[in-house]
Amino acid sequence: MMVGILTGFGVALFGFVWQTSLGGISRKVVARLQKRYGPKWYQEFLDIFKLLSKRATSHGWIFDLGVIMALGGIIATAAFMPVTNDIFAFADFDNFFIYVYLIAVGMLGMAMSASGSGNPLASIGVMRALTTMLAYEVPFMVIVMVIIKHAGTSSLRGIAMAQQDAGMWYMVALPLGFIVAFICLLGMLGKKPFETYIAPAELASGPMVEYGGKQLGMLFIMHEITVFIEVSLFVHLFLGGAENIFVFLLKYFVVYSVANLVSNVNGRFKIDQVVVFFYKWILPLAMIQAFVALYMNGWWN
Amino acid sequence: MESTKFSPITKLSKEEVDRKWWEIGDFFRRNSLWMLMYCTGCCAIELPPAMTSAYDMERLGMGPMATPRQADVLLVTGYLSLKTLRRVIYTYEQMSEPKYIVGFGSCTINGGIYHDSHVVINQLDQYIPVDTYVAGCMPNTEAVMNGFIDLMSLIKNKKADGWKRYKKNYEWYKKNQIDSLGEVQVHDEYHQ
Repeated sequence: MMVGILTGFGVALFGFVWQTSLGGISRKVVARLQKRYGPKWYQEFLDIFKLLSKRATSHGWIFDLGVIMALGGIIATAAFMPVTNDIFAFADFDNFFIYVYLIAVGMLGMAMSASGSGNPLASIGVMRALTTMLAYEVPFMVIVMVIIKHAGTSSLRGIAMAQQDAGMWYMVALPLGFIVAFICLLGMLGKKPFETYIAPAELASGPMVEYGGKQLGMLFIMHEITVFIEVSLFVHLFLGGAENIFVFLLKYFVVYSVANLVSNVNGRFKIDQVVVFFYKWILPLAMIQAFVALYMNGWWN
Repeated sequence: MESTKFSPITKLSKEEVDRKWWEIGDFFRRNSLWMLMYCTGCCAIELPPAMTSAYDMERLGMGPMATPRQADVLLVTGYLSLKTLRRVIYTYEQMSEPKYIVGFGSCTINGGIYHDSHVVINQLDQYIPVDTYVAGCMPNTEAVMNGFIDLMSLIKNKKADGWKRYKKNYEWYKKNQIDSLGEVQVHDEYHQ
């Protein structure tokens, strides 16, 4: 048990360090895309430690408590994440629905804290974040249900092992579902077409509008670990998990970089366009994939 | 008899420890300056080339931020009328410490071409503490980048202490502000 808890913290720390380095590399890639030199690869670390070294204003105890709840909730979620087939903290607790439930603690902590700041832009940002979530969750869950039905288990490692045994990733077996899930991943990560709730020029960075100093630093750490959880989920569900750590790092790097590149050649949707886009185009695609997979499943196995 | 083999570990005083931590913090602060741009003056036109591919400010770790709470540097780009001065003071007081100000152009130094106008202030330093200036009307983009490098070396040498001066001489700054702006006439949330 103790070893499991320590491993869990180790996974969260690993996720933070890896995703923060990768975030810096991605900023460099984006800079090269725009014909700039770009920041140092460890710029994100500098930013986070600078924020932690600043003096911050508080807007009441809900504001402070929400930040701690957000960070704690996300670390607790990351602790359950299996990295490879062999590196995991808790053997029987890698069910997909654990992440769905636990990640909500962190998100709601952030929403509570942002609302506690009393800034109207923060409230609009939180409302938009929840609306976006409502839009991308439904098609994503449809595809995940199909995977769970086909793999016969909802354990994340089980799904990854099933793909490795069959020698067939769900990325290939469910091509439409892969596209749907990738677009949903862009929504989860808050990447460009669905960046509506951050919108620096429109909402002054949305939920984060009143944060500065230590609280913002903690939210940055929380954001990095959230990205780690979401991309790792995607790697395990669609890219067949990982046999060892290097395969995991490679797959993670490819998924995050492609998401980043797609994000940086796109504009931003309005919030009603986000919802209409997901319900009008992505949800039917997901339904077609589910129908094909469940009723015409002779062709892949 | 006391051994002479090992020199005793000198225990650092609290001030020494604080100073060392502050220097570590300064390293992070000067390598990751987030700007809040107060772009009402004409010098603001020099910022897009400084940010985009021509000069690429991001390689110094600088970037634009959306709100005063998140920002470290306040860029006052050009002249300030009495109406905008009030907003600049609110904005400056909302920023989290340590905070720095860069004044752009001759308007913030001595009034520039607006030196005899009745609605434009002449010296920004009388109202809020400016850490470094970028002179010129308007300054070249190289001068702007140089100004940022200057600010970084000032932070390194512990000379960018405008926020401390503002706290220490708050009465003096407040008196200057009230002398110029006058008393608040309208009492609502936008004018307090």
